[in-house]
Amino acid sequence: MPPVFAYIVHRSGVADDTAAELLAAARRIDPGRPVTAIVTGWGDDLDGTCEGLRAVYPEIWKIARETLACPNAELVRQALVQVLPAGAILLVPHGHFGVDLSPGLSVKLNAAYVPDVLEIEGVEGVWLQAVRQEFGGQVSAHVRANMAHGAVLNIRPGAFRPADRASAAGQIVDQSAKVGALTARRVYLETIAAQTGDVDITKEAVLVSIGRGIGEQENVAIAEDLAEAMGAAVSCSRPVVDAKWLDKSRQVGSSGQTVRPKVYLACGISGSFQHLAGIKGNPFLVAINKNPKAPIFRVADVGIAGDILEFLPALAARVRQEACLPGTGLPGKGRRA
Amino acid sequence: MEILVCAKRVPDTAENEIQLDRSGTEIGRDDLVYSVNEPDNYAVEEALQIAARTGGKVTVVTVGGEEDEEVLRREMAMGAARGVLLSDDAFEGSDGRALAAILKAYVQTEHFDLILTGVQADDGCAQVGGMLAAMLDYPFASVVTSIEVLEGRKLKIGREIEGGSKEISAIDLPCVLSIQTGINEPRYVGMRGIRQVASVPIPTLGAAALAIPPGTVGAAAARVKRQDYFVPPEGKGAEMLQGNRDEIVDKLIDLLKAKGGLN
Repeated sequence: MPPVFAYIVHRSGVADDTAAELLAAARRIDPGRPVTAIVTGWGDDLDGTCEGLRAVYPEIWKIARETLACPNAELVRQALVQVLPAGAILLVPHGHFGVDLSPGLSVKLNAAYVPDVLEIEGVEGVWLQAVRQEFGGQVSAHVRANMAHGAVLNIRPGAFRPADRASAAGQIVDQSAKVGALTARRVYLETIAAQTGDVDITKEAVLVSIGRGIGEQENVAIAEDLAEAMGAAVSCSRPVVDAKWLDKSRQVGSSGQTVRPKVYLACGISGSFQHLAGIKGNPFLVAINKNPKAPIFRVADVGIAGDILEFLPALAARVRQEACLPGTGLPGKGRRA
Repeated sequence: MEILVCAKRVPDTAENEIQLDRSGTEIGRDDLVYSVNEPDNYAVEEALQIAARTGGKVTVVTVGGEEDEEVLRREMAMGAARGVLLSDDAFEGSDGRALAAILKAYVQTEHFDLILTGVQADDGCAQVGGMLAAMLDYPFASVVTSIEVLEGRKLKIGREIEGGSKEISAIDLPCVLSIQTGINEPRYVGMRGIRQVASVPIPTLGAAALAIPPGTVGAAAARVKRQDYFVPPEGKGAEMLQGNRDEIVDKLIDLLKAKGGLN
């Protein structure tokens, strides 16, 4: 029985967390089928990654090429087309590299493509049944994919729980010789690191985070006022940065910052998986959203269905009352009975 | 530079709650507000800015039906020189790969230097641009957040990658790029602009005009098929705070104190 293949994303000689998740996803296709990791790259980074994967995968295919040292989906695609057997099933993490690689790869392999897979429910004959999400996670969908000519399945990071059981020492197979000339019409130049802003949201214990529901630029002040009252910082989801209402350095998510606060107030944020991917450390998550069906309520600890433009000022006023304890002698804002 | 932008009309999720209809397997579409897919709108703006710098014109294309003309007209009101509708009963039920094949057939009837799509649409697949590029054998880049036109039929592009960093590459023309939101600030389209293009004819091309062989697109050819929509079981879910606003604020204050949210 041919193996299921898993394309491993790695950095600085270490496989991404998704490496073990792809193995778990492959077992959902067929628990009895072997799973082979494919790693492309060059030098110590590649060797270190392959060595580390021996604890996870029974077999690791190594493809070493100097031009593969830098990320380039066009070159990786050519290499994969040359090494994969006909009809192969390949799993790829649905991240920034996966969306670059997989759609075109599926065309070149003449294989079915299913992006952003959350769950694999089983296989009947050539048909794979999987679960995806649409409309920013507001609804899910069952999809069936015909794998008669193989399949490329992009797996959502975090969706599959890695098995606890590690495999025996895996075998590294150098497949580099099977790969001929690689030519790209897209050439990697450099990576520009994220710019740091005035506030480092990754170091904040409490975040008041705003999304599209803030409505307009003037309303950002409402969140800033609450943050000031709470001794917190303001962060946001992507639409707020797209609208240029806050700096990119304030964005939480897979394409922004990864934060580890104690408390996270998601205000007018629907809760796309790209946003949630940036919230780590299991904070106390409060969601305030006028749509009671917003996906954020599925993951929040506490939810409030309401308009943030009314709720946040009320909360800020109450926080200030709270800080002004009886006996501090400050006038005006005593505690309510 | 001749630029093609592939656009799609989608339910506007900022304006709508997407819910299942009475069948429980389809979404209720009767009351939905539709608009152009947001990243596609950024793609059109980017195309217009590039065309303004380099010369040439912008064409917007969509695959769909008569109701999709409104999206083409909106983008023409922004400044696109023309809109083209690819429409045929044979296209019904096409999967992403077939949509790319339909677009490829159209691209081959014309000459374009650059093809832009939005990074993804309502189904979150992010697939048609990459597939189209592979079918045309053009280079491709996804999640593009900056474009600079270089000498010698090349672009310098930035891709958004993990952690807010940006990957810079040079890419040869012709190519296909999928455009991320935030790359620019799309211009405002007023009612006056829409009215000005209201009667401009929109060419419609079907399978025969595009020389698409029967049976290669549409539902019968689809390798990937959506079976149904569903809402997953709630799971644990959030504890929803109930009561009037003051009561909810009081409850939240107590919780925030307990969890270290008030400093």
